[in-house]
Amino acid sequence: MTIKTIASVNVEVTEEGYLKDASAWNKEIAIDIAKEEGIELTDKHFEVIEFIRKKVAAGEGLTIRGIGKSGVVDAKTFYQLFPGAPLKKATKIAGGSKPVSCM
Amino acid sequence: MKNLLILGAGTAGTMMANKMRKTLSREEWNITIVDQFKTHYYQPGFLFIPFGIYTRKDVVKPKNDFFPIGVNVIYSKIEKIEPEKNHVLLEDGVVLSYDYLLIATGTRTAPEETPGLKDKLWHKEIFDFYTIEGAEALANFFKTWQGGELVLDIAELPYKCPVAPLEFVFFADAFFTERGIRDKVKITYVTPLSGAFTKPRATKMLGELLKTKNINIIPDFSIAEVKNDEKKIVDFSGREVKFDCLISIPTNLGSEMIERSGMGDDMNFVPTDKNTLQSRDYKNIFVIGDAANLPTSKAGSVAHFASEILEENMLCAFEGRPYTASFDGHANCYIETGYGKGTLIDFNYDTEPLPGSFPFPGVGPFGLLKVTRTNHYGKLLFRWIYWHILLKGKEMPIDSEMQMAGKKL
Repeated sequence: MTIKTIASVNVEVTEEGYLKDASAWNKEIAIDIAKEEGIELTDKHFEVIEFIRKKVAAGEGLTIRGIGKSGVVDAKTFYQLFPGAPLKKATKIAGGSKPVSCM
Repeated sequence: MKNLLILGAGTAGTMMANKMRKTLSREEWNITIVDQFKTHYYQPGFLFIPFGIYTRKDVVKPKNDFFPIGVNVIYSKIEKIEPEKNHVLLEDGVVLSYDYLLIATGTRTAPEETPGLKDKLWHKEIFDFYTIEGAEALANFFKTWQGGELVLDIAELPYKCPVAPLEFVFFADAFFTERGIRDKVKITYVTPLSGAFTKPRATKMLGELLKTKNINIIPDFSIAEVKNDEKKIVDFSGREVKFDCLISIPTNLGSEMIERSGMGDDMNFVPTDKNTLQSRDYKNIFVIGDAANLPTSKAGSVAHFASEILEENMLCAFEGRPYTASFDGHANCYIETGYGKGTLIDFNYDTEPLPGSFPFPGVGPFGLLKVTRTNHYGKLLFRWIYWHILLKGKEMPIDSEMQMAGKKL
């Protein structure tokens, strides 16, 4: 178990820095995690984060395809907003657990 | 009489038709299976075709050879399922009612999902090998190819037979070495994953194998488009990889019929309970094989292990008892590594592929995460097992549940 201080609150995180409990999330925490990932959050980022949080709350899986077709953002913009590994970064910032890739 | 209706007569559907006909009383149950095609393909064999090891005749048999007596077989396209009405509409207007429905409609490659993929270079310098047409076109191309940039790209997850792209590049290394032009062929493995595989130990072992065979890997690459004129693939962040010959593992989607029925997720896979194999939304619908959205490999071995669980659970449902079997996501994959050798991985939902011996602890004969000659023979032998034992739903000497015995943590 790892406790980390993010945005002046102590929260429980996994080894890779994902929040253990999505309900501990708030906007300040998101801004702080994003900073660690080298991302300055804009309104557009928060629109995507909102979408991801809804999916997480509903227990639904997330895919880049699903986000790209959500109407919130297309795949290309999603990559621009969260460069490198968009699904992992966006989910982490949104307080979700690490997306699993199955094969 | 009650009706069990099976949609799809591929590996999973055919196995289940055989199993259920044996188990269910003929006085009480009609079993009907529907598929649009009359040919059964041994899909694991497609990998061998580009390298001239197998040809079409090695991977093709009539589906009719594998259905038991007492099963109604209908060759037709399926228009859609109407789950609220417990019936299925076929293309020509025929309506089939069911008491229980089993969806086994698999997955298909959808190259049209990537802009520029199925364009003017398709089956000329860009190939897939997950279809008989693609595998044969590639075999012809390789016969006279003099070398250049050979790029294999995986479009997105999940895709069926997750080890086949690795086997392909291992085979390519051996093939071009034997032809004496390996120094003229640069092989690059491009994947949306962060490494050669998903789980740590297999990724390390297979990643090292790529390295020793002088195969480059470009990880975290999600293809956005193919530029035919420049012969480049481009990802969503703008990275480009040049190719002279592109081998594509296109996006995999579930059947369009699932989409028409409004029963799929965003890739047309059917939401399914990963342990009971019952559909998430309908009590009298079960799902098996690649058609399900299970968090495990889309592979024949998975369908096989799941079939034993499903047989038991369907009987529970038919007799109104609680489910007694639970699927663990067991997968077992022989991986060809070239030069007459192979490796093997065995894993499930919770346990990553581990080193050891299989199926008998300490004895083998197969080695897990080891490169051996016996593993290669296991793969070759499997084709016979597939046609003669597996499809016919006969007992196999391997547990459907993954075993920890023989594995080293």
